[in-house]
Amino acid sequence: MKLERAFLAIILMALVTYIPRVLPIAIFQKEIKSSYIKSFLHYVPFAVLGSLTFPDIFTSTGNLVSAICGTLMALWLSFREKSLVVVAIGAILTVYITEIILIIF
Amino acid sequence: MKKNFNKNEYLHGLKRGYPIALGYIPVSFTFGLMAASGGLPVWMAVFISFTNLTSAGQFAGTNLILSGAGYLEITLTTFIINIRYMLMSLSLTQRFDKAMPLSKRMIIAYGITDEIFSVASMERGILTYSFLLGLITGPVFGWTTGTFLGALICTSLPEGFSSAMGIALYAMFIAIILPPAKNSKPVMIIVILSVAITCIIKYVPLFNGMSSGFRTIIATIIGAGIGAYLFPIKEEKDNSKQKGEEA
Repeated sequence: MKLERAFLAIILMALVTYIPRVLPIAIFQKEIKSSYIKSFLHYVPFAVLGSLTFPDIFTSTGNLVSAICGTLMALWLSFREKSLVVVAIGAILTVYITEIILIIF
Repeated sequence: MKKNFNKNEYLHGLKRGYPIALGYIPVSFTFGLMAASGGLPVWMAVFISFTNLTSAGQFAGTNLILSGAGYLEITLTTFIINIRYMLMSLSLTQRFDKAMPLSKRMIIAYGITDEIFSVASMERGILTYSFLLGLITGPVFGWTTGTFLGALICTSLPEGFSSAMGIALYAMFIAIILPPAKNSKPVMIIVILSVAITCIIKYVPLFNGMSSGFRTIIATIIGAGIGAYLFPIKEEKDNSKQKGEEA
């Protein structure tokens, strides 16, 4: 792999990452009037994050069992409205400990 | 209405962004680890994180670079995964300070990630340039620092630990959506709906080969589309009240 090739690919990646972010912001400066579209846009973040998280979270670690344990920990901590950092660290440690236990037994 | 730069708003943004920054460190650490162990120099891994500032897109793109894929495949895959940002940007524009000039909007656009977008969305009232800039600062710093550390220490970390960190990003997503979903039935239903659609697309053979980016776009459009039809948000003149209403 040549570094110049990688560098050009990275520039292209940066461009196609920036374009979807900037287009709507640059073009739509007016307020949207339709209450349907307003409601739709309001619900977008929840739908996006739900779809990004499940089911991919179950294949995000070394194995399914540790991923399920980590997910349950994340759900429990989030349900108790802990901060993002606490939830993330809690899930990582749960996965790590589960994987160690699985190796021992 | 608003002056150019408001220090208090910037600091408020910093405060809201710092949990994202911390959460980004393990995820970008994993990215740095992957990039460096694949043969990219440390500076290049950091350069990717700084210019792309995205999770799924840059993971996929870098994987393709490392496997020697062509420009078109790399660019197209990254683009498809990132199309979802159009929905987020569009959603955020509605909340921007109307007086914000194009140049500043273009700077803020750079920082729209899943997490920054989510935290900005949950914020009440109008989103000002100073607040958004503050919100973006920490995460950019966390994302690049984590990448740097991961690329630097890539060889000396126990394997089990790097595999455990794969869950960090998803745990953060759960931490963002569960509290509002717990308190709002429409939000809960929309989350369940979009997850169900994602699972159908992923596991029904008919849709085999659809990229994860497209999967998310389709699930979002259907989920939020049905949600907006079933649970329209009441019209409210004052933008600042709109958020709290259905919470």
